[in-house]
Amino acid sequence: MPLSAYLSLAAVLFSIGLFGVITRRNTVGILLGVELMLNAVNINFVAFSRFHGTALGMIFTLFAICITVAEIALGLALVILLFRMRRTSTADHIDWLKG
Amino acid sequence: MNPVTLAILALLLPAGAFLLIGVLAPLRRSGRPAAFLSIAAVATSLAAAIRTWQLASGSVEPIRAAWNWLPGANGPLATVGVLIDPQSSLMLILVTLVATLVQIYSLEYLHDEPPAAFGRYYAYHSLFVFSMMGVVLSPNLLQLFVCWELVGVCSYLLIGFWYRKPEAARAALKAFWTTKAGDVGLLIGIVLLYRLAGTWDILELEHMVKGGTLATAGLGVITFCLYLGAMGKSAQFPLHVWLPDAMEGPTPVSALIHAATMVTAGVYLLVRTEFLFHQTPQVLLLVGWIGGITALLAAIMACVQTDIKKVLAYSTVSQLGYMMTAVGAGFAGAGFLHLLTHGVFKALLFLGAGAVIHAVHSNEMHDMGGLFKRMPQVATVFIIGTLSLAGVPAFAGFISKEEVLGATLAGGLTGPFVMLLTGAFLTAFYMSKVVFLVFFAAPAAPGHAHGHTHDDGHHGHHGDPPFLMAGPLWILAIAAIVIGVYSTFFHHAEPEFASPGWLTPVAVAMGLAGIVGAYLTYQTRTISADTLASVFAPIRVAAVNKFWLDDLYLFIYRHILLAFARLIGWTDRYIVDGVLNVISAWTLDGGDALRRIQTGRVGDYIFAVAAGLLVLMLWMRGTL
Amino acid sequence: MGFPILSVITWSPFVSALIIMAFARHRPTLVRMTGVVGSSLSLVLSILLYFKYDHVANGFQFHEFLPLVPSMGINYNLAVDGWGLVLTLLTAIILFAGSFASWTVKTRGQEFYALLLLLSTGVFGVFASLDLFVFFLFYEIAVLPMYLLIAIWGSTGEVKPEGMFGWAFKRVGVGTKEYAAMKLTLYLLLGSAFILVGMLALYTAAGSTSFSFLDLQKVKFDPQLQSWVFLFFYVGFGVLAGIFPFHTWSPDGHASAPTAVSMLHAGVLMKLGAYGVLRLGFGLTPDGAVQWAWLVGAIACVNIVYGALSAMSQKDLKYVVAYSSVSHMGVVMLGMATLTEQGINGSVFQMIAHGIMTGLFFALVGLVYEKAHSREIFKMGGFATMMPGISTAFAIGGFSSLGLPATAGFVAEFLTFIGAWQSAHSWWLIPGVLGAFFTSIYVLRVVKQIFYGAKSTDPHFQDLPDAKGTEWVAIVVLVCILVLFGVLPNLMLGPIDTTTVPLLVKMGVMR
Repeated sequence: MPLSAYLSLAAVLFSIGLFGVITRRNTVGILLGVELMLNAVNINFVAFSRFHGTALGMIFTLFAICITVAEIALGLALVILLFRMRRTSTADHIDWLKG
Repeated sequence: MNPVTLAILALLLPAGAFLLIGVLAPLRRSGRPAAFLSIAAVATSLAAAIRTWQLASGSVEPIRAAWNWLPGANGPLATVGVLIDPQSSLMLILVTLVATLVQIYSLEYLHDEPPAAFGRYYAYHSLFVFSMMGVVLSPNLLQLFVCWELVGVCSYLLIGFWYRKPEAARAALKAFWTTKAGDVGLLIGIVLLYRLAGTWDILELEHMVKGGTLATAGLGVITFCLYLGAMGKSAQFPLHVWLPDAMEGPTPVSALIHAATMVTAGVYLLVRTEFLFHQTPQVLLLVGWIGGITALLAAIMACVQTDIKKVLAYSTVSQLGYMMTAVGAGFAGAGFLHLLTHGVFKALLFLGAGAVIHAVHSNEMHDMGGLFKRMPQVATVFIIGTLSLAGVPAFAGFISKEEVLGATLAGGLTGPFVMLLTGAFLTAFYMSKVVFLVFFAAPAAPGHAHGHTHDDGHHGHHGDPPFLMAGPLWILAIAAIVIGVYSTFFHHAEPEFASPGWLTPVAVAMGLAGIVGAYLTYQTRTISADTLASVFAPIRVAAVNKFWLDDLYLFIYRHILLAFARLIGWTDRYIVDGVLNVISAWTLDGGDALRRIQTGRVGDYIFAVAAGLLVLMLWMRGTL
Repeated sequence: MGFPILSVITWSPFVSALIIMAFARHRPTLVRMTGVVGSSLSLVLSILLYFKYDHVANGFQFHEFLPLVPSMGINYNLAVDGWGLVLTLLTAIILFAGSFASWTVKTRGQEFYALLLLLSTGVFGVFASLDLFVFFLFYEIAVLPMYLLIAIWGSTGEVKPEGMFGWAFKRVGVGTKEYAAMKLTLYLLLGSAFILVGMLALYTAAGSTSFSFLDLQKVKFDPQLQSWVFLFFYVGFGVLAGIFPFHTWSPDGHASAPTAVSMLHAGVLMKLGAYGVLRLGFGLTPDGAVQWAWLVGAIACVNIVYGALSAMSQKDLKYVVAYSSVSHMGVVMLGMATLTEQGINGSVFQMIAHGIMTGLFFALVGLVYEKAHSREIFKMGGFATMMPGISTAFAIGGFSSLGLPATAGFVAEFLTFIGAWQSAHSWWLIPGVLGAFFTSIYVLRVVKQIFYGAKSTDPHFQDLPDAKGTEWVAIVVLVCILVLFGVLPNLMLGPIDTTTVPLLVKMGVMR
C-alpha cells in the first residue's frame, strides 16, 4: 500500500476528531475528539517510520501514547472538577474566558 | 557723605523697614512700633534726600553709579544704580517729604485699625517709598520699569487695604489692570529700545541723541509705547478711569500715592526721556492733545461730583493733564515744576479732606457744611490748598500753572491751550464749590446735619484734628505759601520760552471768575445750581456717566474678553480635548465590539484555530 | 574622582524610599522623617554643589564615570553644566517643599513617600546624566510612578460631561483620577516613544559606538536626519512640556494629582520636557533646531495666549493653576525658540521661576482645599481674614506669575521678550506680552474672588484656620526663593549664561 493511503486515513481520522472537538458539547466528547486527533498523528508517525525505515517515529509514537494517557487523566480530572463546581459537563456553559 | 551713598541710604532705609516689618510677624502685629520704625526710616530718608539735593545742585554733571544686575556675554545686560541730578533730587525730596508727613498723619487717621492691619499698612507704605524712590533715582529705563511696577503693586495693595469692602477690592483690581495695560506698552517700548539703542541708560541715550548716533527709524513707536505706560500711570484719557475709583483706599494713601507721587511717575518718565520725545514730534503732539483733553474732561467731571475725594481725584487727573500738555508742548521743565508744586498742595488738599472725613465719617459733601467754625485750622489749610490749585498769585500753583499755560502756547498747541484755560476756570470753580459747601454753606440737608449733631457727643473729636494730623497739614500749607511767595515775588528764572503779556492777567482772571462763580452759586445761591445743571444738561449727563468710558471697559472686559476666554476654555475642553476623548471612546467601543469574538466557548476557539490552520495551509500551497 | 556628589544627590531619595519600604512600615512619623531627611540631603548637597561649581568655566563639571555595557557604549556618566546645576537645585528645592506638603497624606503614606522619592531620583538623574541611555532610563523612572501616585492618591474632580461629546466624556470617565492618571501616562509614554526613536537614530547614525552626549555632540549629523530627529525630540519632550495641542493631560493630571505630586510634576517634570528639547534637540541636532525654530516659537505663542485665556475661563482653582502652567511653559519654549542669548537664558530662568511659583501655587491650593474642602473659585470669598498667611503667599505667587519685577517671573519673562524681539520673528513679542497681561487678569481675579471681598456666608467656610506648623515650611521656602531670585537673578543667570553662550556659538547663531 502506498504511503498516501496511510496519510489519507490519518487525515480522515484527524478531521473526524476535529469535527468532534468543534461540534461536541459534552466535555468528555471533546476529549474523545482530541484522542482521535492524537491518534491520527500517531498513524502518521508510524507510517513515515515504516516507509523511512527508521525507528524514530515508533519511539515518538510510544511517547505520544504515554503522554496521551496522562493528558486524558488530567483532562478527565478537570472535567470532574468542573462538574463539581458548576454542575454541568457541557462545554458551552463553561465560558469563563468570555470577553 | 558723598551723594551716592546718601541716595543709596535714602533708598535702602525704607526697604529695610519694609523687610523688617514684613518678615518679623510680631513686629507687624504690634502695630505702632512698626509704624514708628517706618516713620523713622522715611524721615531719615528725607534728611538724606535734602542733603543729596544740596550736593547735587552744587555739581554740574549728573552723578551716576551703577552695579550689574543681569549678566550678558558682552557686558552686563542690565544694571541697577542711582542717577542724581537736580531733577531727581528735587523729586526725591518731594516723595520723602510727603511720605513722611502722610505716615505721621496716618498714625492718627488709622487710629481705630487693629494693630495687625496697622503694621501691614506701614509695611506697604515703606515698600512704596522705596519703590518710588527707585523710580526717581533710576539711571536706566529698566530699573525705572522695575520700580514702576512695584509702585503699581503698592498702589494695588493700599487701594485694597480695606479688602473686606468689595468696592475696595474691585477698585484695586481696576487700578492694577488699567495701569498694567499701559505698562504693557511701556514694557514693549523698553524691549524695542534695547534693540535700537543697545542700552537703557538715560545718560547714554541722551548722549547718543545729542551725537546723532541714535537711529530715528522706529523711534516713534518706542516713544509712543513709553507714553502708553505714562498714560496708564498718570491717568491720561482714556486710561484715567482707575484713579477716581482708587479713592476707595484710605485718604492718606490717596494723598501720597494717588495725588502727590505715584501718579506723577508717568510725567516724570516723560521728563526724564524728554530728549527722545523731541526726536518724534508726532508723539509729542499726541501727548499735548491728550493732556489737554484729559485736563478739560476731568475738570468737567470734577464739577458734578458730590464725594469730596472724587472731586479731588478728578482734579488730580485734570492737573496731570496740565503737566502732560506742557511736556507735549516740548517744555518738560514747566511740567516738572507743576508736578512739584501740585505734589505739595494736592497732598495738602487730600489730607485736609481726610481730616474732614475723619470728623464727619462721610465722604459726601451733603453731610458736611458750615465746618469752618468747628474746624478752623483744617478750613484754613484747605483754603490755602484751594487757592494754590486755582492759581491765585502768591500761592504755590500760580507760577507753575502760568508756566504750563505759557509753555503750551509757546509750543504752538493752541487747541490744548484753550482747553487748559477753560480747565483753569473750572478748577477754580469746583474747588471753591468744595470750600463753600463744606466749610461755609449751611448744611444742605438738615436731617443729615441733625444726625451729625447727634453724633457730636458720640464722637469726641468733632473739632480740629489732633496735633499728629494738624502738624502735617500746617507744614504742607506753609510750604505751599513759601513756594508761592518765593516764586511769585523773588525768583525770576530765565524762562525757556516767551509768554505773551496778556497771559498772566487772563489766567488769573479765569481763576478768580471760577471762585466768584462758585461763591454766587453755592454760598449766596444767587445763581441756582439747578439752573446751571439744566443749562449744561448734555454735558452734565455725560460727566455724571463718566463719558461712558467705564461702561465701555466693563463691556470689553465682560462681554469680549471673558466671553472669548470662555470660548477658548470651551474649545479646549470640547474640541482639543474632545477630539482626544472621542478617539479614546472609539477605541474603547472598538474593543467592546471586538470583545464579542471572545465567546469563551472552547469549540469556537478550536474552530478558529482549525480555520486559521486551513487558511495557512492553503496560502502555503499557493506559494509553494 | 572625589566624593560622588551627583550620585549622592540622585540616589539619596531612592535610598530613602528603600528605607521607608523596608523599615518604616506603619510608622507614619518615621516615614515622613525619612522622606524629609532624604530630600534635605539632596537639597543641602545641591546647595553645596552650587557653591563648589566653577561659575566662570563652561562645560560639564563633577564627572562621574562607571562603565555599564562598554560594548554598546553605555556608561553611567553623571555631570552637570550651568543648566543642569540650576535645575538640580530647583528639583531639590521643590522636592524638599513637596515632602513637607505631603505631611498630611493619610492613606498608605509609606508607599506615597516611596514613590515620590523614587520619582525624584529619576528627575535628578535626567538633569545629571550625560549618557543618553541612562538619561532615558531615568526619564522613565521619573514618569512612571506618576501613574500610581495620581490613580491611588488623586482626587476626582467635578467635571460634568455635557455638550456634543458628552457621551465620549462619560465613556472615558473624564474627571476621575483614573482617567487623569491614564491620560497623563499614555501621553508621556507616547512622547517617550518618539524620544527613543530619535535617540536610536542618532546612535546608529553616529556608528553605534557610544550613547555619550559628549561624543554625539561632536558628530556632525546629516541635516536631513537632524531635521526629523529634532521634530521627534520636540514632539516627544514637548508633550511633557505641555505644548499645544498635546497639553490637555496637564490640566486634568494636575487637578487630580495630590498636592506634592502636582508640585513636583508641574514644578519639575514639565521642565524635564523643556530641558530635553533644549539639551538633546538644540544640543545634538542644532541644524534641525534652527530649521524648526519658527514652529517651536509659533506653537509657544499659541501656548502662552491660549493657556492664559483657558485659565481665565476655569472655575476650578486647580485647573486655573494648571492652565497657567501651560501658558508659562509657552514662555519657556518661546525663549529657546528665539535662538538668542537672552531668550535661552530667559527660557532656563523661566523653568526655575515657574517651577518655584507653580510649586508654591499647588502647595497653597492644597492647603486651601484641605481647610475649605472646595476648589470652586466662585463659591469661596473673603478668606484673607481667616488665612492671612496663605493669602499673602498666594498674592506673591500671583505677582510672580504675572511677571512682577522683584520676583523671579519678571526676569524670566523680560529676558524672553528681549530675545523674542531680537529673533528672526520679532512678532513673538506681542503674544508674549499679551500673555503676561492676561495672566494679571486671571490671577488677580482669582485672588480677589477667593481672598478679598466680603466673607462668604457659606457655613462650610467659617472659621477656617491659617497654615500652621510644618505647612509653613513649603510656603516660606518657596516664597523666599521666588523673591531672592527676582532680586538677585545673577545667582542663577551666571551659570546659565556660561552654558547658553557656547551652545549658541556652536549652533552658529552667535559669534
